[in-house]
Amino acid sequence: MYDFDWSSIPGALPFLWQGMKVSLGITAVAVAAGIAWGTVLAVMRLSPARAVSLFAAGYVGLFRSVPLVMVLLWFFLIVPSLLRDVLRLSHATDLRLASAMVAFALFEAAYYSEIMRAGIQSVSKGQRAAALALGMTPLQAMWHVVLPQAFRNMLPLLLTQAIILFQDTSLVYVSALADFFGAAYKVGDRDGRLVEMLLFAGAVYFVLCSAASWAVRLLRRRVLA
Amino acid sequence: MISVRDVYKSYGEVEVLAACSVDVRKGEVIVVCGPSGSGKSTLIKCINGLEPFERGQIVVDGVEVGRRGTNLSRLRARVGMVFQQFELFPHMKVIDNLTIAQVKVLGRSREEARRKALALLDRVGLREHADKHPGQLSGGQQQRVAIARSLALDPVCMLFDEPTSALDPEMINEVLDVMVGLARDGMTMVVVTHEMGFARKVASRVVFMDQGRIVEEAPTAEFFAQPRTDRARQFLSKVLHH
Repeated sequence: MYDFDWSSIPGALPFLWQGMKVSLGITAVAVAAGIAWGTVLAVMRLSPARAVSLFAAGYVGLFRSVPLVMVLLWFFLIVPSLLRDVLRLSHATDLRLASAMVAFALFEAAYYSEIMRAGIQSVSKGQRAAALALGMTPLQAMWHVVLPQAFRNMLPLLLTQAIILFQDTSLVYVSALADFFGAAYKVGDRDGRLVEMLLFAGAVYFVLCSAASWAVRLLRRRVLA
Repeated sequence: MISVRDVYKSYGEVEVLAACSVDVRKGEVIVVCGPSGSGKSTLIKCINGLEPFERGQIVVDGVEVGRRGTNLSRLRARVGMVFQQFELFPHMKVIDNLTIAQVKVLGRSREEARRKALALLDRVGLREHADKHPGQLSGGQQQRVAIARSLALDPVCMLFDEPTSALDPEMINEVLDVMVGLARDGMTMVVVTHEMGFARKVASRVVFMDQGRIVEEAPTAEFFAQPRTDRARQFLSKVLHH
């Protein structure tokens, strides 16, 4: 029988909290940027201009067909050196966090765009017609009338996607970036208590995500009511 | 004010409008009626360019609707439209429904737009509902708000697409009263409706459509007294007997 020893956890809490801040930071940026860029992609996808619509379809198709961990690795390998060249930064500058945020935002935008596309299509055509009849341009009608309703209809799905994204941020361990999962792994490795630390980290993810899912369910009930 | 010349439109094989021509002078009220599927709604949606058409010409207040390069948004800002399903924006308060296009399309200041909106809500008897959301109003109230929303842009003419068809019977009159008031004030109106009482009261002419064609067009009294075509006679006997 394995002999559990949880004693390394209390002392590691400040370090783990630093990691949690990285995880939450990546999540926040990726959700905000992902929804914004995803909404632009969704609008492009529904555009009557064929080239615009094809570009969006291609983008979404590409990012939905490759594993997230691969996208992350590409970005860790390419973006930092690219940014260093462009911005003439020193090699000491740590760009792993920035590249992780960019990678997640671009990747998640593909998923958010599909959610927003469904949201846009859930708003009745009459609403757009009424906005156009008032003299709004198609983009004004989209921005002032269709998107706010699409966003509200899709809010539960957008939040659920954010919860999945939070879990997926653990994949940044491939770059040795100390997010919550990475921090837990490091502590466990150092103290020879990997099993305990990973069980603990798993429990934290479980509690946070279950609580968030529960909150989304409450919200959904209120939105639908 | 509005001139429709020989307009054709089809969805694939199905011809929805054929050889439609009608003229509306300033201050006139035209009622368009006919059986469902006869193309009435499509015709008035062509007038403000919400529906494209293949052939023919529509000119509204000097602007050619179907021509490439016509700024349709600018034209639509001057042509009010009221829909069967009201189409108020549910995520905005009533007052914001009335101000948004004034501010975003006409570039009016918020205060000016608000003053105009409240005056119009007053006119349709709903000023005290300004801060509610559309979902809190009855159908009749929503349609009156929708009319006020269109009027807020000071349109040169108004199009009504079956404005009372989605209403419970007891709410029809409150909407028709507003429309009668508008007509008496000299608004140019094209109204698709089955409300023949409204037609008799304020319409200068009645246009009767069937299967995408304008079958009959006559001064109101004449249309009701002696319709020239069998189709119109049959239609009238159906809608008037109840």
